[in-house]
Amino acid sequence: MRFLFKTSYLQDIRLVKHGGQAFWYGALVLALLAAPWLASEYWLAQLTFVLIYGVVGLGLMLLSGFTGLFSLGHAAFLGVGAYTEAVLAGAGWPFPASFAAAALVAAATGVVVGLPALRVRGIYLAIATLAFGFIVVEVFARWESVTGGNAGKQVQALRAFGWRADADVPFYFVCLAVAMLATLAILNLLRSPTGRAFVAIRDSEVSAQSLGIHLARTKTLSFAISAALAGLGGALYAHKLKFLSPDQFDILQSIDLLLMIVVGGIGSVHGAFLGAIFLITMPQAIAIAKDVLPPAIGQAPGLQGTVYGLVLIGFVLFEPLGLYGRWLKLRTYLQIFPFYRRGMFRRQKSFLKSDRLR
Amino acid sequence: MQALQIVISGVAQGCIYGLIALGLVMIYKTTETVSFAHGELMMLGAFAGFALMVLLGWPFWLAVVATVVVLALFGIALERVAIRPILGQPAFSLVMLTIGIGYVARGLVTMVPAIGTETHTLPVPYKDQTWSAGGLVLNVEQMVVIAATAVLSALLYAMFRYSKVGIAMQASSQNQLAAYYMGIPVQRLNGLVWGLAAAVAAIAGVLLAPITFVYANMGFIGLKAMPAAVVGGFGSLPGAIVGGIVIGVVEALSGFYLPEGFKDIAPYVVVLLMLVVRPNGLFGERLRKKV
Repeated sequence: MRFLFKTSYLQDIRLVKHGGQAFWYGALVLALLAAPWLASEYWLAQLTFVLIYGVVGLGLMLLSGFTGLFSLGHAAFLGVGAYTEAVLAGAGWPFPASFAAAALVAAATGVVVGLPALRVRGIYLAIATLAFGFIVVEVFARWESVTGGNAGKQVQALRAFGWRADADVPFYFVCLAVAMLATLAILNLLRSPTGRAFVAIRDSEVSAQSLGIHLARTKTLSFAISAALAGLGGALYAHKLKFLSPDQFDILQSIDLLLMIVVGGIGSVHGAFLGAIFLITMPQAIAIAKDVLPPAIGQAPGLQGTVYGLVLIGFVLFEPLGLYGRWLKLRTYLQIFPFYRRGMFRRQKSFLKSDRLR
Repeated sequence: MQALQIVISGVAQGCIYGLIALGLVMIYKTTETVSFAHGELMMLGAFAGFALMVLLGWPFWLAVVATVVVLALFGIALERVAIRPILGQPAFSLVMLTIGIGYVARGLVTMVPAIGTETHTLPVPYKDQTWSAGGLVLNVEQMVVIAATAVLSALLYAMFRYSKVGIAMQASSQNQLAAYYMGIPVQRLNGLVWGLAAAVAAIAGVLLAPITFVYANMGFIGLKAMPAAVVGGFGSLPGAIVGGIVIGVVEALSGFYLPEGFKDIAPYVVVLLMLVVRPNGLFGERLRKKV
């Protein structure tokens, strides 16, 4: 067990808390940098997907896990980013510019959604974002001159200033850079006054307001940043899949994104990436299980949905802190062995308060 | 005349939304859960009706009553097993839980070999009949939906107004703690409300089945019941039916008068407008938090 003796505020907000963290995160970065030479082509593609979904998950985590506003239409922001990138890459923009544009367009959309969100809370917000998601998907399907409609749209390879990332390895490095920068940005944000304001709003809107936090501005900002990250992820997603159609961004995708952060562990930055790993490896695990199971179950078409649902129910009922919470418990158990007690991680604060006001 | 025809079919569709929204509102009022699995409960009801009528060959009325009873028991069991353990946790967890339940229900039905992946018709006695009244051609299936909704609303109104259980449910939805102090078994009532909501959903499923078909994804209609509940004001039972009818009529009219594509998103446009103009819905009461 390591005891940190903090003597100043600067020490409290340091990103790297102690040498152990520096060592392990350094090792992780090295492993990720070496991945193209270590992993097979197939696993590199999966890792790229994990990074892309991780970026989107970071955005949703900021909104749902840290600001306590939950969105059932986040796939719409993903779609806005993806289509913006597809159109701009088609027009020959270099990718740094088109990524920035994708994030900005998605953020602007986020602000538009955030505005009605200021008046409604809790479950009404979920329904407002749900409604928005449906409308955006319909716009994708009908605005054929830009999005190609239901027939879909091809996406050109990533390029900038004469350099093209049409192979897997260069594209992987682009994704890795974006994911690392996004993670650092979120970590920095969370230790800044703005990030603290987000968490304050999550824990109690009334007390946040009485501490002088401008609710409307902070919530809109949270929506904008979250949507921008989703848009950035969408831009990468467009290049990864090379083909976009409106049904990739429907309600099921939004639910997948929520599933990702719930399974990963809501309210933790690690959770976004752990959830992304889960979301990407789950279909493979099911495919492997299909060969083992008797054909009546293994070949049935509804298997994946059933497993997703069971996993979701299992996590909500038995491990509300998600994979990251499970890891924390395991680590604490080992660190302080044999003094671990049940209930050391009992939830003290709820992330979304009752919206029944009596 | 044509407009009236469209409005009537919209009202019929809206009654289905309203019935599902009714279940949503009942559940919300008692357990403060927004059930995203309610459309799936309706789907299960339709499949139960189909199984009893077609596979077992039961007569229509017996099958309908049995379906409602089965779904009511299922609702009670669901509340006991899945919902009760996490009541009091954040709304987000409950929403995710009901989404998971919906996934499992849909997946399990799809996994039933030779039945789950097909679309079926429900052989009701009034199938494909029409009445003509003064230039209007009325589809009997739609008339049955409207009539059944009216009867059901009246029954529920009477129950909540006059029966002891209904009044106890009202009390516990207004203030659970006070209701508990008055000797009302709040937990048991919560289970009963889930059962009641599931039974209403089953009726909606059996009513909807002749109009569309019975298939595993029919539960997605539950997502259109959410706008209905919000338009009526989440937390108002008559509001749910009215909201459903509003959504149904708007949907039918926009399907006819507006370009293709507007029909599917009309309910969502309406709900967004409603949230901007009147966040508490048509019948919702305005509540403020006191610090």
